[in-house]
Formats: sequence, C-alpha cells, structure tokens
Amino acid sequence: MRKGTRLALLLAAIPFLTLVFALPLVNRLRPIILGLPFLLFWILAWVALTPLILYLAYRLEKKYNPPEDEADR
Amino acid sequence: MNPALLIIFGTILFSALLGVFAGRRVPMNLENWTVGGRKFGVLLIWLLMAGEIYTTFTFLGASGWAYSKGAPAFYILVYGALAYTLSFFILPALWRVGKKHGLHTQPDYFIHRYGSRALGVFVALIGVASIIPYLELQLAGLGYIVNVASRGAISAPLAILLSFVLTCAFVLTSGIRGAAWVAVVKDIMMLLAVAVVGIGVPVIYFGGIGKMFRALSLKFPGHLVFPGAAAHMDVVWVMSTCLLTGLGFYMWPHMFGAAFSAKSAETIKRNAIIMPFYQIPTLLVFLVGFTALLVIPGLAKPDTSFLALVDKTYPSWFVGFVGAAGAVTAMVPSAVLVLFGATLLAKNVYQTGFNPKAGEAQVLRLSRIMVLVIMVVALMLALFFPNELVNLLIFGYDGVSQFFPGVVLGLFWKRVTKPAVGVGLVAGVVTVVALIVTHHDPLFGLNAGFVGLAVNAVLTISLSLLARRSLSGGGPDQPIHVK
Repeated sequence: MRKGTRLALLLAAIPFLTLVFALPLVNRLRPIILGLPFLLFWILAWVALTPLILYLAYRLEKKYNPPEDEADR
Repeated sequence: MNPALLIIFGTILFSALLGVFAGRRVPMNLENWTVGGRKFGVLLIWLLMAGEIYTTFTFLGASGWAYSKGAPAFYILVYGALAYTLSFFILPALWRVGKKHGLHTQPDYFIHRYGSRALGVFVALIGVASIIPYLELQLAGLGYIVNVASRGAISAPLAILLSFVLTCAFVLTSGIRGAAWVAVVKDIMMLLAVAVVGIGVPVIYFGGIGKMFRALSLKFPGHLVFPGAAAHMDVVWVMSTCLLTGLGFYMWPHMFGAAFSAKSAETIKRNAIIMPFYQIPTLLVFLVGFTALLVIPGLAKPDTSFLALVDKTYPSWFVGFVGAAGAVTAMVPSAVLVLFGATLLAKNVYQTGFNPKAGEAQVLRLSRIMVLVIMVVALMLALFFPNELVNLLIFGYDGVSQFFPGVVLGLFWKRVTKPAVGVGLVAGVVTVVALIVTHHDPLFGLNAGFVGLAVNAVLTISLSLLARRSLSGGGPDQPIHVK
C-alpha cells in the first residue's frame, strides 16, 4: 500500500474511534460545554472536525502518492 | 389567496419549472438522463447529494426521534460523518471504474465486476424493493407537511398529486440534472427554515439553547444520554446502528448512482471532504424536537413535533415558508429515487434479465414509462396505506447495506469471487428478514441489519479464500478484473 494511502487510512480511523467506539466512555450529561450536554457536544465536535481530518488526509495523499495515480482526474 | 398558499404553490411550481428547464438544451440519452453526462462539479454534486440525503425523514424524523427517544437520535448526526469518511476512499475508485466502462447504475457495477447477469438482476430487485417504501414515505411526508402548513387549506392527497405530476415532469424531461437544480432551491430554503426555527424556538421559549437543555435535563433526566427514553436503544444499539447506516449509506442505488455524475474522481474526493458540514443543520432539527418536548409534551405522533411547534410559534406566512421548504425537500429525493428505481427496472431487470439485445433508446423509453409506474405504485401506497410501510423502510436500509461487501471488496480485493458475493448477499438478506419477521431486532442489543452484514461479510471473505484454494487459478468463475 502506498504511503499516502496508509496515512490517509490512519487518519480516517479517527472518526470511527471517536464517534463509534468511544461512545460508551462519553455517554454522560456533564460537564455541560457551551450549553450542550457532554455527549452531544462530543459528537458534534468530532463531526465538525471530520472535514479537517479528511482535508489533512487529502493533502497527505497528494504529497506521498506518486502523481501518475491522479493522472485520470 | 392567503400568503402561505401563495408561498407553497409558488415554490413548488418555480422548482419544477427550474427542473424542466435544466435539461432543455441537453440531448436526452441514457448517459445524460442517469448520470448527467458525468459533468457535475464539486458544488453541484454537493447540492445534489445533500438534496438526496436531507429528506422529509430528516425534517420530521430527526425532530420526532429527539422528541420521543432522546439521545438515540444522535446516531443521525454520526452516521453521515462515517459515511463521508468511507466515501473519501470508495467513491473515487468506483467513479474510475464507472467512467472507464460506462456504468450507470449499481447493478451495472455488479454485472461488470462479477460477470454475472443473475447477480445484477438480484441486486436491482433488492434495490427497487428498498426504494419504493422510501419514496412512499417522501410522498406521505409531503402531503402531511403541506396540509399542516396550509392550515388545512390544501388536503394531503391534493398536495401529493400536485407534486407527483410536477416531479414526474422534471424527471422525464431532465433526468438527474433536473433533480440537481431543484436541489439548489431546496437546500437554500431548508437551511433557512431549519436555522430560523432551530435557533428561534429555544430562545423564544427558554431564552437560549443552554437554558433549554438545563430545563430538559431537570424535567427528563436521562433523556440526553443513551438509551434516552427508548430502553432497547442502548449504547450497543447506537454503535451497531451507526456502523450499519454509515456503511450502507452509499449503497443506496440513488446515492451510488449520483457518484457517477461527478466530472472526475478528484471532484468526488473533494466532495467527501465538505459533506460533513451538511450534518450541522441536523443539530438544529434536534433542538426543535427537544424544545417541543418541553413546550408541547404528549403528542400522539412524535413526527409531528417539528410542524406542531412551528405552527404554535410563528405567523402563518412563515409556516407556509416551512411547508414550501418541506415540499421541495420531499420532491428532490423523490425525483432521484424514482429515476434510479426506473432505470434499475428498465436496464437491469428488463434488458439484463430478459432482453440483452434491447437498444439504448428502447431502454430509455422503458425507463421513462417505469418512472410513471413506480410513482403510481408509491402514490397508491401513500394514499391508501400511509402508516404501514415504516417497517419496510427499516428493511430498506438493512437490505441495501448488504451490497457493501460486494462493492468494496470488488474494488479493492482481487480475490473476491462471484459465488462468494452471491451467497453472502443472499445469506445477509435472509438473516435480516428472518430477524425482523421473528421480532428479534435488535438481537442482543445489535441492530438486525448489522448482524446480517456480519454474516454476509464473513461468508463473502471465507468463501472467496476457499474458492481460490480449490480452483488454484483459472476456471469458469474467474472474476473479471476491472483494475
């Protein structure tokens, strides 16, 4: 597997860890953050961070994967 | 005519005309009709996909779940983010295969990748069976929204009939391009309506979002953590449902097909990055449901909480505006659902299954007839059985999710074989149906669709490995490699 793809996949694991597998740990009302119950705040924060994570994955793919892969764009 | 009616009728008519004109200067062949000639840029594909995803179910269902179930509703926020993350890897690869081999639909992909027409017909039939209840739900939701928003002036059947005629008009003339342009109107109106109401009602009744949540946690402790007010939807159910719906998301025939309409693999990749932003409005819909629980508790039908609260709070012209937004919100997904349902029947059931010699023009003509057939079936169901298909919709998600191993392994794993995918798919669908029919959903806290998908994936992978060992290269079942 090419290095860029490997790094991108590692980054893509973050939303799955935080938004699925961490749920039993964050299933709580307090602390209240920005007026939101903790569980909702946690989910919302990681959903909002997902585009940034994917953008980073995109840059890393561009940087490390050989350009001929993207030739058919 | 009162302002609410004017806004509702004006919006529906304007959208339909926009949709009809969108395809005016494009010669209609199958390629333009189903995948827009593969020419959509990042913005249009984003609006189209958002238009398909944020349906009346999001509008009514997300607020209804927040109202009646509480925290389990949060899965709606999560699964989209998971689906977009996966789509970053899956859709560009899929798009390349589609472009290279001129694929239009999901069964096209299965036929091409596994060299099996039978598999294509089977996938098409599961797809259509999943699409019809989804479409019916859109029509029923539309009738209900317009009826309430017009304060009873327009009856639900009249609203359904009117939007049925207009939606068919722009689907028949413009295909997917029409849906994409109507989605522009829909997205703007829906965002406005949800933003005004979602931020408005907590402030109007409680003086702020934080204050609303404080009141809610005092009055209904436990509503804002799993399992909320739904004892069988504890954290294991939420986790398995997030995974199932996240994986199944792009396996819907209309979501799958929309990916082909992008102009490049790069476009579809960039689209995946910005898609999660469209999840944020769902939070606002939750806020309306939570506020409604405090202000108007005890509604018999929780799905009515959004409109009931809007009706109670705002002047009639604004209620009309929300109704208009709701109506277009039903029309866009309806259009794309019926478009792909019809293409599946004409291209992948009729042409693939019964008449491989049928020409493209004949398939397109039959697709257009099938648009009317599917719409009429859904219309009849919406008018005569408005409440009985919700269970079928649940099956819809569980059903289309079973395509995941065949699609994804097909793209990235050369060794996966046709019999393995076929057996896995059938076993997955049978497992899901058996669990639902015998009332074992959820099973040990796990979503039934997730159990089916696990059975399916294990069978697909292990049978592929076994087949390879016994065949050791060559043989009649050798898959056609696409990459």
